[in-house]
Amino acid sequence: MAEDRRRKTDNTQNETGPVTLIVPSHPKYLYVVRSAIYPILTDAGFGRKDARRIILAVDEACSNIIKHAYEGDHTKTITLTITDAADRFTVRLRDYGRKADTAKIAPRDLSDIRPGGLGTLFIGAAFDAVTYDTNQEQGTLLTLEKKKQQVNV
Amino acid sequence: MKVEITTQKFNAGSMLLIKGDVDMNSSPDVRSSLDEVFKQGGAKALLINLSGVRYMDSSGIATLVEAMQNCMKQGMKLRLVELSPPVRDVFELARLSSIFEIFANVGDAQAGL
Repeated sequence: MAEDRRRKTDNTQNETGPVTLIVPSHPKYLYVVRSAIYPILTDAGFGRKDARRIILAVDEACSNIIKHAYEGDHTKTITLTITDAADRFTVRLRDYGRKADTAKIAPRDLSDIRPGGLGTLFIGAAFDAVTYDTNQEQGTLLTLEKKKQQVNV
Repeated sequence: MKVEITTQKFNAGSMLLIKGDVDMNSSPDVRSSLDEVFKQGGAKALLINLSGVRYMDSSGIATLVEAMQNCMKQGMKLRLVELSPPVRDVFELARLSSIFEIFANVGDAQAGL
């Protein structure tokens, strides 16, 4: 157990990755994204609840790309680049579709009970910094960053 | 990852048992099963058992909110049963626990219907 904790601590002290995953813009591959990220999160030392919330946020970001950037076109791709550094965990999502309209991106009021509009809220709940870079020739680079707490042995 | 949906009848209505991941890919299947129940009509209650749901995203939440709205239109009670830990966590994030009637088990959910 102590050895396991030490191993996790060591992992936080060196940058791991990046791990790059390219998936088709079809919702059936969301499961693949979730399955790929989970072991990286546990290796990075995140607990089950944090890992679940990060996975949910990345899934929502991919869903938004499929719906809004690619407008339901399942023939495109999403490139995810995952980096586990000593102080932060970063996921970059690159699409080549319609650029994100950052003026329209906002979490909805939770007192407004209606279907939809929760994805942005879940992304903001899981990550400390969310940045949409639309200065690409095509598409958007979304960067999600979560600060890591020190793991003490 | 497929979602498995089983519909069971009981004296006051129907219960949907959902197993697997409810995401953007599988939410339309859940919505179709719910639509079948609403088409039949005449029931007093709809129970949705979420004990076997390993994952739920905002599309799954949207499907449940739509079900709640349809139940209100039809005068049916909607009761959610046995929320799995991942579902409980999403409900907590979206602050939905006070919006839905949530029960620990099927017996409690069927009581008083």
